[in-house]
Amino acid sequence: MMEWLRRPWPDHRAERTLGAVSLFVFVVVVAMAVFVATKAWPIFQHNGLSWLSGGGDLESEINRMTVATTKPAAAVYHLRAWPLIYGTLLSTAFALVLGLTIAVLASVFFVELAPVRVSRVVIPMVRLLASVPSVIYGLIGILVLVPFVGQNLITTHERESVQNVIQLTGAGLAVTVVILTIMITPIMIALICEALASVPPSWREGAVALGLNPLRAVRAVTLKAIRPAIVAAAVLATARALGEAVMIQMVSGGKSFAPKPVDGVVFFFEPLRTLASAIIDYHDGIGSPALGASVYAWALLLLFSAFALSVTGYLVKLPLRKYQTRG
Amino acid sequence: MSTYSPEAQQSGSVPGAPSGRGSSGRGRRSSPMSWRWGDRVALAAAWGAGIGLCVIAAAIVLYMGYRGIQYLRPGLIFTHPRVSESGADSGGFLDPLIGTIVLTVIGIALALPLALASAVWVAEYGRPSWLARVVESSIEIVAGTPDIVIAIFGLAIFQLSLFAPFSFTSQGGGVYGNSFIAAGAMMSLLALPPVYAATRDGLQAVPGHMREAAFALGKTRITTIRRVLLPSVRSNIATGVTLGISRIIGSTAIVLILLGATLRIETQGSVPGIDLLRGTGSSLTTYIYDNSPAGEGGAPQKAYAAAFLLLVFVLLLNLLVDRIGRAQASSTGMTPIGAVV
Repeated sequence: MMEWLRRPWPDHRAERTLGAVSLFVFVVVVAMAVFVATKAWPIFQHNGLSWLSGGGDLESEINRMTVATTKPAAAVYHLRAWPLIYGTLLSTAFALVLGLTIAVLASVFFVELAPVRVSRVVIPMVRLLASVPSVIYGLIGILVLVPFVGQNLITTHERESVQNVIQLTGAGLAVTVVILTIMITPIMIALICEALASVPPSWREGAVALGLNPLRAVRAVTLKAIRPAIVAAAVLATARALGEAVMIQMVSGGKSFAPKPVDGVVFFFEPLRTLASAIIDYHDGIGSPALGASVYAWALLLLFSAFALSVTGYLVKLPLRKYQTRG
Repeated sequence: MSTYSPEAQQSGSVPGAPSGRGSSGRGRRSSPMSWRWGDRVALAAAWGAGIGLCVIAAAIVLYMGYRGIQYLRPGLIFTHPRVSESGADSGGFLDPLIGTIVLTVIGIALALPLALASAVWVAEYGRPSWLARVVESSIEIVAGTPDIVIAIFGLAIFQLSLFAPFSFTSQGGGVYGNSFIAAGAMMSLLALPPVYAATRDGLQAVPGHMREAAFALGKTRITTIRRVLLPSVRSNIATGVTLGISRIIGSTAIVLILLGATLRIETQGSVPGIDLLRGTGSSLTTYIYDNSPAGEGGAPQKAYAAAFLLLVFVLLLNLLVDRIGRAQASSTGMTPIGAVV
């Protein structure tokens, strides 16, 4: 047996074996979709697509699921997941807008403006930001930022204005968005910097020769040329922000409350809960059928978004390939 | 972030214009003072964004360093954690540290052969091409899937009674799906994409004449791969593995859901070695989580100490990636690949 393995393999056998092993990942992806969807099925069976809508009180619906017996009645499955979806969209959208602005500006700075000596120090530091584990961000958020916001930024008046509905501790939308932005910006910077560096310098030099100042030249020529890369970076960052669970669970206040823009400034201090952080909150209850199905349904929605974003990212990168620009 | 051409760095000047200043032929800089207001604001914003991010990075490292030096004692690393009411006598984090190491070993041990086989097949064989495309897309999808979803998927898999021997089982026969094997297997999905991408990029960058030389000597394709190509992309593989390790040690959700996040390592069964793999435990990340106000909230000092240790690991891995990339660049003259986040 060992001798058979040790002898050099004929090529066709090696090719088949390697190909079969490679397909294992495909099997895993299919299994992931199938398993999660099967487990989530009861929720969709009972709620239909109105599962995505709002109107219910999420906390009490989940409580009902937690205390239900092993054979729950159909009414127990009733769930309206909109507050979670809204929280996810809200935190992702804010972080994406903020992060994209910062990432584009910072990338232009790193590649086009900064002296070599500065960028040599600065780029590794930004790369470091990308590799800090999310639980450390969460720890800093919950031990430093949340108390700071709670004690210094929220006035007594603001606290009293929503006293009857929620408590403002500092944990909420603002801290979540700030940390999420810090987490996703380096990812975008990596992609945008790479694309910026791959634009032929002569394009921009041409613009400068025509009389534009260097910054305008960057804006008019370079940034336009790498637009697909910027979109691809945004897609990747969105995927990261949607799936961030632990950090958000730690700093978002953990209330299935949908922050209301009509509340004015208080809006930014109101707690929220996202799909991913809700999974962390309720994974203990996965044994009870109804709650388990809803946890799997949240995961399925995240998985579906990840699929969709993968496809979007692929489509966005197509023009980049056409022009032989790496990105 | 690794490819910066030197030309791109000198963009502030107008090249080619003759001037008496310097030998590089730099022209007169257009002074920002003469720019329009909007441009000046944009310039300031770009500087602000760049410098601001560095300040944030530096602040995080310095703050964690300060807290780490304040709270980290060597004793913490070598004592088992204990359950206690007050934070003072809750012991150290030996078990979470071992948990992190065991998970890393399992994850890499599973991911490495899988990633190498896929990368070699896609880069060197890749026929039929649609199948190669399928493999490539699958790995991209795995890379884009949030770790919380991977964790939930792992729970669905390992709670099957088929996999009961691999995980923690209750007296009544209920399968919890929590074990080092379960968590490690899902960790391998986290480590797979970076190892795959680095190896594939490395293989694609190997010049064709190396393959042709081997074929001319009468070697088969697989022998060429085994004796020529894989050795020449060793440093790419090392980069990929390092990135994979830093993803594994930073993941909290998988440990929280699939390892039970028990304070101590709880073994299951009686076979030494296997009992550990079937048992539950925790990692540094869940230790931090549990000791922060978000978890039991027992001891923020311990959380800071563990977080500092984790950050040191991540910093070291980052340095390692840089070092490997630089060594490779100087030995082959190629730009380092895979150093992108």
